[in-house]
Amino acid sequence: MADAKVIPFEEGARRTRERAAGGAVPRQADGEGAGGAAAPAEAGGLDRAVARGLAFLRRRVTGDYEVDDFGFDQDLTDEVLMTLLRPLFEKYFRVEVRGIENIPADGGALIVANHSGTLPWDGLMLQVAVRDTHPAQRHLRLLAADLVLQLPVVNGLARKAGHTLACAEDARELLDRGELVGVMPEGFKGLGKPYAERYKLQRFGRGGFVATALRAGVPIVPCAIVGAEEIYPMLGNSRVLARLLGLPYFPVTPTFPWLGPLGAVPLPTKWTIQFGEPVETRDRPAEAAEDPMLMFQLTDQVRETIQHTLYKLLVGRRSVFF
Amino acid sequence: MVPGSLGQGGFMGRTVLVTGAARQLAGRFLRRLVKEPDVERVIGVDAVPPDRLPGRAESFRFVRADLRQPSIVAVLAQHAVDTVVHLDVHATAGPHGGGRAAVKEINVLGTLQLLGACQKIPTLRRVVVASSTLVYGNSPRDPAVADETSRLAAPAGGGFAQDVVEIEGYLRGFARRCPDVAVTVLRLAHVLGPGAEGPLAAYFRLPVLPTVFGFDPRLQFVHEQDAVDVLCRAVRGQGRGALAPGTYNVAGDGVLLLSQAARRLGRPTVPVARPLTPWLGPGLRALGVHGLSGELFRTLTHGRVVRTDALRAATGGPLEYTTAEAFADFAAVHGPGLLPPALLGRAVERAEEALRRG
Repeated sequence: MADAKVIPFEEGARRTRERAAGGAVPRQADGEGAGGAAAPAEAGGLDRAVARGLAFLRRRVTGDYEVDDFGFDQDLTDEVLMTLLRPLFEKYFRVEVRGIENIPADGGALIVANHSGTLPWDGLMLQVAVRDTHPAQRHLRLLAADLVLQLPVVNGLARKAGHTLACAEDARELLDRGELVGVMPEGFKGLGKPYAERYKLQRFGRGGFVATALRAGVPIVPCAIVGAEEIYPMLGNSRVLARLLGLPYFPVTPTFPWLGPLGAVPLPTKWTIQFGEPVETRDRPAEAAEDPMLMFQLTDQVRETIQHTLYKLLVGRRSVFF
Repeated sequence: MVPGSLGQGGFMGRTVLVTGAARQLAGRFLRRLVKEPDVERVIGVDAVPPDRLPGRAESFRFVRADLRQPSIVAVLAQHAVDTVVHLDVHATAGPHGGGRAAVKEINVLGTLQLLGACQKIPTLRRVVVASSTLVYGNSPRDPAVADETSRLAAPAGGGFAQDVVEIEGYLRGFARRCPDVAVTVLRLAHVLGPGAEGPLAAYFRLPVLPTVFGFDPRLQFVHEQDAVDVLCRAVRGQGRGALAPGTYNVAGDGVLLLSQAARRLGRPTVPVARPLTPWLGPGLRALGVHGLSGELFRTLTHGRVVRTDALRAATGGPLEYTTAEAFADFAAVHGPGLLPPALLGRAVERAEEALRRG
């Protein structure tokens, strides 16, 4: 099965952050004593980490965990997937998150972000950003391309991480359940665009995501991600290989495919994720979702907001790597 | 009073015909049905006689008949049947055996003949058919949660899923031609329970579970008792706790992943590369291991989850067993396997103790 049995050792640091964030600590591992703040930090921390890891292992081997209708495995996501992604988020890309207060503390909301970087690291980092820096430690449910849900191994991990197919039905269902949904409307057009076109937002489709948010009556939070464009500078695209492999594009970067798997290591760029002011949709009548012109205007408004934020962040950026 | 005519409070002294009566779920249903207060007579039909007759035998009659033959009209007319419950829709061959072609013939041609016969019976008021959630297919390109209005998309390659799509097509035609007959379609998730048959129940009885490498399907189960209960409500049709005609998804709340189900059952899994799965079933059958088919692996690739809001609204609450509880009930009888979860849990605890001491 796809889920690795990893015992997280980073618990100490995470706990402190959780306490600093002021949010309720989500679910303590079974059999854990009261969080003795005065306990010897080193030994106590390790002990707790081991206890937590073993409690997790116990749940995994006995199948004693919950999975939602979309296949979201919160236990695995919190204990393993987030733990694996966190070093990338904190140490490698050194992601700076701004405007997290624009995401509501509860209820549905649709986060609309730009998409770039050849491989969808930006989606995963966005998920960590929301989970780790939001006071309510919300889980972001990303809408993924159908390719993601067809690939072996990847599909299972994506579903367990809370992702689901990018379609109006799934998005609506999640929003109605009060979940925080993330969408990257550029899709492969944004993800697989050449390096020369970096930070130029691609077409946003016909604005299906706006209509869905409107029907669900949830706010739209525009989000700009800077730094992901440069992780794999895509110099060329081998259409022949892409066709052969059934992929939307086959990237050629300074390191890939020349260095083989080593070329798949992203460059350590410095990232900034900025969440913008939410666009409220509640005051609009439900019929508005049927008006294509209005949908187009709203889509354009969201797109322009993201594009402007991108330019502002780029002007303020010292260098790609620092 | 003429059997099947409308009384003041609905049907009185009803005559119900149940097809596929020799199968396990139908047997359970028949035993419940003969106890229903307003059901006067129950007629079971199948090509082979059932092992065990339901109690109160005077109200029950078994008629040996093949649905594919036009003789079923005579049975319906002779007993002035007012309700037909069509349960002779199966994924696998029954006790009378037969290959996939025979199963398809019974499913599709049997339904066609039965509905043709139903059209000719003036006393008929209600048709209830047990379909399957497999009608939604299992494409990863479809929404993750299907509701009754979702597109019916049987996967390519035929099989049982294709059969149920065709059967539902016939039913829609029948409902159009006979507007005064109430049609209820119950799309059942995988039926599990201590005695359940069916492809998934057979699969989970294997000592080692082959899975499709890289895929962990979301599964939903319905307990056999709930399935019987919903069927009875559909037969009742009106009044308190009854299920009005229509199409309903029938599944226990919640979802289990295949990996999770295997762990709860304590059965080890062996991932098999997807291109090899169509040959695994026939290969193992040669070795005497039954219950695996290419179609089973197709359903075990992406899985299918359905929304049950319509059923919940119609019956006023969720089913008694959730998916996890239905599976636990199955596991209590057919588990634990080679890797009992309790044992593994204790092993982890012992490891923890050793770690603490050392």
